[in-house]
Amino acid sequence: MTLREVKDILDAEVLVGHDQLGKEVKTAFGADLMSDVLAFAKAGSLLLTGLTNPQVIRTSDVLDIAAIIMVRGKRPSPETIRLAEELHIPILVTQYILFETAGKLYTKGIVGCVERVDDERAFS
Amino acid sequence: MWKGLTTNVLSHDAAIYENSFPVEGGTFDNAGHVSSQIKALLTRMKLSKKVVRRAALVTYEAEINICSYANRGRIHLRVTPEHVTVEAIDEGQGIADIELAMQAGYSTATERIREMGFGAGMGLCNIKNFSDFFRISSEIGKGTHLKMVIRIDKDFDGI
Ligand SMILES: Nc1ncnc2c1ncn2[C@@H]1O[C@H](COP(=O)(O)OP(=O)(O)OP(=O)(O)O)[C@@H](O)[C@H]1O
Ligand SMILES: [Mg+2]
Repeated sequence: MTLREVKDILDAEVLVGHDQLGKEVKTAFGADLMSDVLAFAKAGSLLLTGLTNPQVIRTSDVLDIAAIIMVRGKRPSPETIRLAEELHIPILVTQYILFETAGKLYTKGIVGCVERVDDERAFS
Repeated sequence: MWKGLTTNVLSHDAAIYENSFPVEGGTFDNAGHVSSQIKALLTRMKLSKKVVRRAALVTYEAEINICSYANRGRIHLRVTPEHVTVEAIDEGQGIADIELAMQAGYSTATERIREMGFGAGMGLCNIKNFSDFFRISSEIGKGTHLKMVIRIDKDFDGI
């Protein structure tokens, strides 16, 4: 699925990365805890989160996250946006809650980047 | 505490890049910028995406710990044809019980650290899991020293 389709499904506003909407994504990870994102998120995945501070961008950069979906209508600070622009990481904002955001994407074929933490270690 | 060390792979190959980056402690103002910088550097060196990602990840966890718990520190990067070696050396309170600190879920993170999305007590385990070799030493009241090595020659086999 392209980022443009993700945007449409989530009725999302694109804050950063208008030029990257053609990017393909297949998997996602959702968390408000960057510690968990670091342990489990895989390269090329979407990150669904309610956090909006600059550490979300740094974490996404380190992990090669394809795009960040900020849920519950949370808007990042100008500092966060500036950093995302600098590191070329798209930010989309949706009014849906985390559960609905994940559900809508899942129904359309996006799956978790790991299914269970006991049958696949995310160390790649 | 070496994990899975089988040969003395650590320093006999010549460095093709070596640099040291200062990290500010006790603040999140710039937290992660050294890791971003190192990631960009390694990418430019045309290392595989996997190697770059693992090196960036362990560097980031170490950098965040310096920002969270230490007064100041340095991250030293050394790249040879076979390894990426990252050392995080800080001046600070040190770790009283390393075994405890290494346990998944153990954290002394403050509210401020948790607000940034950290403090699950996963960082050091994560570093251990994503590096091929990992050593940690610490002295109370002095500081902490992490050494992480990622092998370039083989794909990570999930040890
Ligand atoms: N550089 C350091 N100096 C002093 N104490 C440290 C340092 N690094 C880690 N610690 C101590 O070890 C604990 C565990 O660290 P670890 O990185 O595993 O988890 P965390 O930082 O608490 O949470 P997370 O990394 O999951 O966000 C910390 O809470 C802290 O008490
Ligand atoms: Mg940590």
